[in-house]
Amino acid sequence: MEIAVHLLVLITIYGILAISLNLMVGMAGLFNLGLAAFYGIGAYTSAILSRNFGVPVGLSLLAGVALSALIGFIIGLPTVKLVGDYLAVVTMGLGEITRAVFKNWVPVTRGPMGLPGIPHMSLFGFKLDTAPLFLAFSFVMIAISFIFVERIRLSPFGRVLRGVREDEMGAQALGKNTYWYKMIALVVGSGLAGLAGGLFAHYMSFIDPSSFVMWLTFFIFLAIMMGGLGNNLGAVVATGVLMVLREGLRFAGLPPAVAAPLQQLIFGILLIIMTIFAPRGLIPEQKPRYD
Amino acid sequence: MLRIENLSKDFGGLRAVDHCSFEVPAGTIFGLIGPNGSGKSTIFNLVTGFLLPTEGEIYFKGERITGWPPYAIVRKGIARTFQLVRVFRNMTVMENMLMGPKHQAGENFVAGVLNLPAVRRQERENVKKARELLAIMGLERFENEYAGNLSYAEQKLVEIARALMTDPDFLMLDEPASGINPTLVENILQHIRRLRDEHGKTILLVEHDMNVVMNLCDWIVVLNYGQKICEGTPETVSCDPRVIDAYLGV
Repeated sequence: MEIAVHLLVLITIYGILAISLNLMVGMAGLFNLGLAAFYGIGAYTSAILSRNFGVPVGLSLLAGVALSALIGFIIGLPTVKLVGDYLAVVTMGLGEITRAVFKNWVPVTRGPMGLPGIPHMSLFGFKLDTAPLFLAFSFVMIAISFIFVERIRLSPFGRVLRGVREDEMGAQALGKNTYWYKMIALVVGSGLAGLAGGLFAHYMSFIDPSSFVMWLTFFIFLAIMMGGLGNNLGAVVATGVLMVLREGLRFAGLPPAVAAPLQQLIFGILLIIMTIFAPRGLIPEQKPRYD
Repeated sequence: MLRIENLSKDFGGLRAVDHCSFEVPAGTIFGLIGPNGSGKSTIFNLVTGFLLPTEGEIYFKGERITGWPPYAIVRKGIARTFQLVRVFRNMTVMENMLMGPKHQAGENFVAGVLNLPAVRRQERENVKKARELLAIMGLERFENEYAGNLSYAEQKLVEIARALMTDPDFLMLDEPASGINPTLVENILQHIRRLRDEHGKTILLVEHDMNVVMNLCDWIVVLNYGQKICEGTPETVSCDPRVIDAYLGV
């Protein structure tokens, strides 16, 4: 039972990451490989503020969201103009730089030793210090994130994002200032990733740089590719399926030296298969209807 | 309406447009013709802000628009289509159409997410307008079809209809009749004429189909190697020996 609740909490947190990446990649076509960086910035910001400075957890969580969104904005200023592979390279670099900062800025992040004793989530003085209570909170968070991004998808704003994804020049020829549409998608997506990071920190009570590696970004990429680029429900469901698969491998009785690489091998192969055979996912983006 | 002064564009060592000047008066259908590579599409890209000129100026409604970004030029009232169609392939035809209208309240992030009543009302009006245009183009049955699944000619029509959704004062059509069957071409021509006669729109047209050009245009500019070699009414241009030599043949 405990394991199931733990798994569900992780699914909600990674589900928020999948929704965030789906907004940036699936809807806006921004090939952001720096997702783990924004996730880590949210986690470290909220952890440090609450742990070291006694900031109430709700506020520190919001600060993590705000800082992730701000870093997204700053990174976006020079890079949003880049297209496809170029943006991927820049954001991948950001991911690695951020991880290096987490690892080496020892006075603040405690480097590889990580940050222990991160306060648990609390709401209006009520501590969410058990997994089931936290699950209820993280479920509300993913529900809000889901509804929020669905509203974006169904709005004329979301339509322009999809237009930018399809053909940026075509969108410009229809009077759309594509730079700012992409920027807003990046800022909102980064903020959501920061929210997931903050939730992770306060749930686990301990974080270290190993939680924010490039592999996580690829894992979430695989989830949104399986679930269907631009399809938020598909992305969340696929995250759940992959998480169950991932955790299930731990119970297969394999030695740890085999289980971990095998897990990465399986996900790597799945990513290749999806890219070749179903690049837009198993459940395609839904067509909006106009009455 | 549109004035081009001494416009030039170099691509490395190649001069695609060479000191070209002409003026498109309001309420006319204006043709831009010439052999392949003569600079017609480059002029389209310069006017719509997708390319920056090496030299020269562009004025629209008396205002200098040289160097403006494409979105600002569209908002000023210029719409265009492309020689190679640029529909949003993984979006429905209706979504393509709804990308057109300018100043949509729902394209603002906050108003869009909140789905305010003004957004819903404007969306309903735009859907109605899109259906009318799709009916004119004979595309109404494709409303919910992905644009990428349509034939090339149908995609071309979607692109024209989508440009019209921006409600432009000045419409630039890059080879609108190419690859489209004659009946449909006649429909499009009628609609273009109506845009001029009933709505006072100005149209700049690049086209290789001489029937279309001669029947439709009030005034024609002929380009060769990026230079203007002749301009005048269709009758004048079609008899000009330089045009016959460079483009029309015998």
